[in-house]
Amino acid sequence: MENIQQQFVEIFGIEWGSMLFSLASNVTFIFAIVIPLLLGVAYLTFAERKIIAYMQIRVGPNRVTFFGIPWLRGWGQPIADAVKAIMKEIIIPTGANKLLFILAPVLTIMPALAAWAVIPFSPELVLADINAGLLYILAMTSMGIYGIIIAGWASNSKYAFLGAMRSAAQVVSYELAMGFALVCVLMMSRSLNLGDIVNGQQGNSLLNWYLIPLFPMFLVYLISGIAETNRAPFDVAEGESEIVAGFHVDYSGMAFTVFFLAEYSNMILVATLTSIMFLGGWLPPVDMEPFTWIPGFIWLLLKIAFILFFFLWFRATFPRYRYDQIMRLGWKVFIPITLIWIVLLGLIMQLPESIRNSFPLNIWF
Amino acid sequence: MDRIKKFFSTFLLFELLKGMAVTGRYLFKPKITVHFPEEKTPQSPRFRGLHALRRYPNGEERCIACKLCEAVCPAMAITIDSEQRTDSTRRTTRYDIDLSKCIFCGFCEESCPVDSIVETRILEYHGEKRGDLIYTKEMLLAIGDRYEEQIAKDREADARYR
Repeated sequence: MENIQQQFVEIFGIEWGSMLFSLASNVTFIFAIVIPLLLGVAYLTFAERKIIAYMQIRVGPNRVTFFGIPWLRGWGQPIADAVKAIMKEIIIPTGANKLLFILAPVLTIMPALAAWAVIPFSPELVLADINAGLLYILAMTSMGIYGIIIAGWASNSKYAFLGAMRSAAQVVSYELAMGFALVCVLMMSRSLNLGDIVNGQQGNSLLNWYLIPLFPMFLVYLISGIAETNRAPFDVAEGESEIVAGFHVDYSGMAFTVFFLAEYSNMILVATLTSIMFLGGWLPPVDMEPFTWIPGFIWLLLKIAFILFFFLWFRATFPRYRYDQIMRLGWKVFIPITLIWIVLLGLIMQLPESIRNSFPLNIWF
Repeated sequence: MDRIKKFFSTFLLFELLKGMAVTGRYLFKPKITVHFPEEKTPQSPRFRGLHALRRYPNGEERCIACKLCEAVCPAMAITIDSEQRTDSTRRTTRYDIDLSKCIFCGFCEESCPVDSIVETRILEYHGEKRGDLIYTKEMLLAIGDRYEEQIAKDREADARYR
């Protein structure tokens, strides 16, 4: 690393060399995050089709393979799907606002990818180690809704517009519950930096993770995360059976695929945040010999995969919520729960030192 | 009391967990999918697939151009022209089945007094351009010649129920 920096300085001079070096290293890091992420998205769609198929006693995609290798049957499916989507024509409907129509998918995927900048993959491995990481994440995830609203409006279609309105109301309502759940996390960790949040969960075993003291918040966060990403059972914004495909009815080809990519990378993002804030990020479940051999990055990946499996499991199990039920759950159930928990947590944190240091509480406070 | 019970069972997501337990169990159940080109579902001898025209063992075609099948066909998919042959028997000069109209009801087979028009077990056929699915007399006879063994066996298996 330092050798390369030295060479940059030699070639471009001291001022330009160090600037170009930091630019180049940042761009490399960004690609190192985004390309595996997009591959992960591709194979998440494959995992989704396979797992949901298995839960419906089918076998799912099992034909497309690489170079005819029989035990890779089905694994070529996401690649084949991507190629198909790229080849297709992007149809812009008459009466659509052309600029916004093209801009909408870009606006959807941009925050979905940008949010990854502050995710710590291991103690050292983080692109932007900023102190307001959690705030940045909240800001970025709520940006995604603009793409959906603009897509619904620019399509010049009633169904798309209905989907966009539903989606806007839903995301706004669940943002609140999600934010309050995260307030609990930052009260526990006393930091907005995601790396510090993980470090706050350091201890002997998984008992130290925020999962246990904040278990209701974990559920609230997970469920609002599903609602935020417009996944089943909260997918009224798409609602195939009622409003065709919601905000992206009129999209085709790559423009549609970009929405698809954004939805799935948001899913992975929510899973990552859940594992960072409640499941101890890169920390092994037990701080002992065989577990510490595995690098932290792998532990994080395993936790993400675990949460994602739940996302798919939910989709295979639950029917779609009615719209008013979604609103009731968000406003009348989740927000009261989170508010009560914040007060409770505040009270516990204000207890005298001697009580906080006694047995069950001394693990977390 | 019931209301309290209901409140707790919904609030603690108990019902949702029960649902997830069901789908979780099904994840590990053996799959019932039939892998089509390699595996096939069993077919009944009464299977109604692609049509065929049969011949007698001496090579004479069975069809006597009575046009009962043409009359009974609810989709009007069959077109027949007939003529007297030199040995003064009546035979078809044209026997077309438009398979894009056919609904595979099997009435033609049922109405046939000489068991000439039959439906075989063939289900994997296709057309690539317009008109490919209009099967002419020659094509139907060729199918009958090719699958006569199977067709005869199926008729025999079903004969006692007719």
